[in-house]
Amino acid sequence: MKDKKESEDIKPENASPQSSSASEAVSEDKKKTTIIDAIWNFLASVKLAIWTIAAIALTSIIGTIIQQDTEPANNIKFLAKLFGDGAAPTVYNIFLKLGFMNMYQSWWFVSLLILLCINLTVCSIDRFPKTWKLVKLPLRPMQDNALRALPIKKEMTVKSSLSVVKDEISNSMSSLRYKAFTSSGDNHLQLYSEKGRYTRLGFYVVHVSLLLIFIGAIVGARFGFRGFLNLPEGAFSDVAFIGEGKKIPLDFIVKCNWYNTEYYVESDTPQKFQSELVIIDGGREVMKKVIEVNSPLTYKGITFYQSSYGMLPNSAGEFVLKVAGRGSEGKISRLRFGDTFEIPGTNTKGTIIDFSPALGRDPQTGKLFTYADTMINPAVAVQFNENGKDTLKGWILKRYPQTGNMPDGSKIEFLDYWGVEYTGLQVSRDPGVGLIYLASIIMAAGLYMTFFMSHKKVWVKISEEKGAVRIIAGGSASKNKLSLERDLDKILAKASHSIEGRSKK
Amino acid sequence: MTSASFFDISGLAYLLAMVVYIFYLALRKNTLGIIATTVTIFGFVSQSIAFIMRWADSYYLWTGSSPESQFLTSLLRSAPLRNLYESLVFFVWCLILIHLIIEFRYKIRTLGAFITPVAALTLAFIDLSGTSKEIQPLIPALQSNWLLFHVLFSFLGYSAFGVSFGAGVAHLVMLTETKDEKPYIFWSIVVGVFLIILVAMGIDYLSIAGASTEELIKNHFLKSTFRSSSDGVAAVSYIAGIIAIYLIWRYGLGLKKILCSFSISADMLDEITYKSIAIGFPLFSLGGLIFGAIWANQAWGKYWGWDPKETWSLITWLVYALYLHARFMAGWRGKKVAILAVVGFVTVIFTYLGVNLLLSGLHSYGSG
Repeated sequence: MKDKKESEDIKPENASPQSSSASEAVSEDKKKTTIIDAIWNFLASVKLAIWTIAAIALTSIIGTIIQQDTEPANNIKFLAKLFGDGAAPTVYNIFLKLGFMNMYQSWWFVSLLILLCINLTVCSIDRFPKTWKLVKLPLRPMQDNALRALPIKKEMTVKSSLSVVKDEISNSMSSLRYKAFTSSGDNHLQLYSEKGRYTRLGFYVVHVSLLLIFIGAIVGARFGFRGFLNLPEGAFSDVAFIGEGKKIPLDFIVKCNWYNTEYYVESDTPQKFQSELVIIDGGREVMKKVIEVNSPLTYKGITFYQSSYGMLPNSAGEFVLKVAGRGSEGKISRLRFGDTFEIPGTNTKGTIIDFSPALGRDPQTGKLFTYADTMINPAVAVQFNENGKDTLKGWILKRYPQTGNMPDGSKIEFLDYWGVEYTGLQVSRDPGVGLIYLASIIMAAGLYMTFFMSHKKVWVKISEEKGAVRIIAGGSASKNKLSLERDLDKILAKASHSIEGRSKK
Repeated sequence: MTSASFFDISGLAYLLAMVVYIFYLALRKNTLGIIATTVTIFGFVSQSIAFIMRWADSYYLWTGSSPESQFLTSLLRSAPLRNLYESLVFFVWCLILIHLIIEFRYKIRTLGAFITPVAALTLAFIDLSGTSKEIQPLIPALQSNWLLFHVLFSFLGYSAFGVSFGAGVAHLVMLTETKDEKPYIFWSIVVGVFLIILVAMGIDYLSIAGASTEELIKNHFLKSTFRSSSDGVAAVSYIAGIIAIYLIWRYGLGLKKILCSFSISADMLDEITYKSIAIGFPLFSLGGLIFGAIWANQAWGKYWGWDPKETWSLITWLVYALYLHARFMAGWRGKKVAILAVVGFVTVIFTYLGVNLLLSGLHSYGSG
């Protein structure tokens, strides 16, 4: 690769006397290095960056193999596989002391991260003035021999005058957004320009964004919290929990109206995990939202995420049925186990006699059975009774409403078995997130500058030779040389087109 | 025609393109190069059609079960990027896309000889292993607008890294002179391990008929050879593996002669390695890390949780950051940076497949 960024920064084509004297000053400084200078140079060094990055990358692997923040038994079992049953507890204790069980928060890993931050900062402070000087350095016209040596070059001869060619080249350069400077000689002149000189600052922008991420993470760790809250259907809370029993006051009340898992048609693949949450603040209901996995609720900086769900042990809930007589609108009734309801417009009554959270049919025997203890396919068994005599008995399934269609045209829908599930919420506040998002945007911009934008320089020499005008255009680019070549072609083509047009007039 | 038949056509086209690219490399006939490119474009178009048709199928599936969902939402929710099969296919698509971009932008056609084999092999592997091609419904965790962008950018990045890996290995092969230097030993082991794992997975497939790729990799990964319950089989596998690596090491210098006869220069390989990393790194940073973090924050309430998948993508990112710093700031050249490029892609493979297959974590749906 020819575009070695560093060498280009250090030895630009237009190296001026000032920059060489600056480098002399640096070497003089070096003679008087003190301990502080030595430390500073060490912290600014690329070597340190390489070693720190390598160390972080390598040690990070440990935490992906050893389970983090888990029961000791899990990891001892895992270590026993590697080191044998006898050695496992000893190895575990050594690893525990080294912080491997919670390694991303361990003192040495955090120190590595801080070291990288310091390295990033010091290195940027150390180099930035030099780069800034280079960026600010005005472009100079180019010597003839240097112009000839440029990797990308175009030549052309036109029958016209120097001033006309100068105007047209300058016009076509500015139409490609190259703002042209002029230097004039006896019977020749040079137009020169550059574009994207600030792209050289791209990697500083990336470095700044990384520092912002670190700051954002610290802000989040210092001023935020991450907790959880399991709310049964119908229950409310004004606290969340962090770890074992540690409470965090919420400053308002959150209530769960209901929890529901929705499944894909004719399948046990869940489509949605949802809970309806209500926020009560100052005695008033201020917010109500059905949250889903990718759609949390935020109130006063605290966000509630749908994270898990489960069945409450030993609970009796309410069966929510929608009962409709033939041709009439349905009415919702909430019933307990053993309760009886009437179908309007008939003499039929129904009694709830059984419930299954997951009713399945054995494909061979055709027998019904319960295949899970979570509410995958809830069904309620109803005993019907007409004029005092038992008639039908049947299962009505929540996910298959057609199972509630009665022979006489009435309809019974099983809407929910309410009050037996809880919703598992992740509750967190992270004031650092804003900084992280800002850093993300800055990083994207910095990466774009560094990798996709090019610093292009263009010189066009125009000289009058025996009644004709000779144009030599050349340039250099830090990346994407083809696009520079296209730019040069366009500049010349456009200019020659207008020059022809002028000479015809 | 169905999506599957367009898909088969694209596989055959890549296979054909591979053969023509290799001939082009050997004979240096421009016509062959044009044919190879045309066939590749044909395969790419065909695969794009297959991709769009599959997307359309799953769009109808989604709107069937969520009729209230809006057009754009349904479109984003039904993007065919849900499981191992779809992501492997998408990886191939990205690889060819990146290849075509590099070919047209940098006018490097020789690269095709290295990339089309990867594409053809991946598609052959998908087909041979009988990976479940059925359209699966989207689980709640994946129902986000970020899915498409996160996966798209990550995979464009992965594909660019894949190109840098191919060029990096070829570069190492060209730069090493003797069998006892460390870079030579390094590349012969990397190539050896790759081949051995591929062969071992093939044996898994042959010995356990009828299992889907997901099951095969998740439950039977190397169980027929290295991880066999019979100690004898395992021992034989290890001995065979060591012999295979030894043979690659012993005769690897021959590979250099072949590469040299194709008149590829080491500088060109170095440049391809760098350029693909320069494309892959920003794409991966944006799609893999930034979009991933934003999505994680929306779904799980934390933008970063040191989950194994997250950690491994950070490791990948750090290795490529190391490559860029070593090359530009510390002035590393030749073998040292080529090794870094190869190591980088090994971490990519681990991030993409290894984490899902071997480690547990929140990203577990990537395996199924």
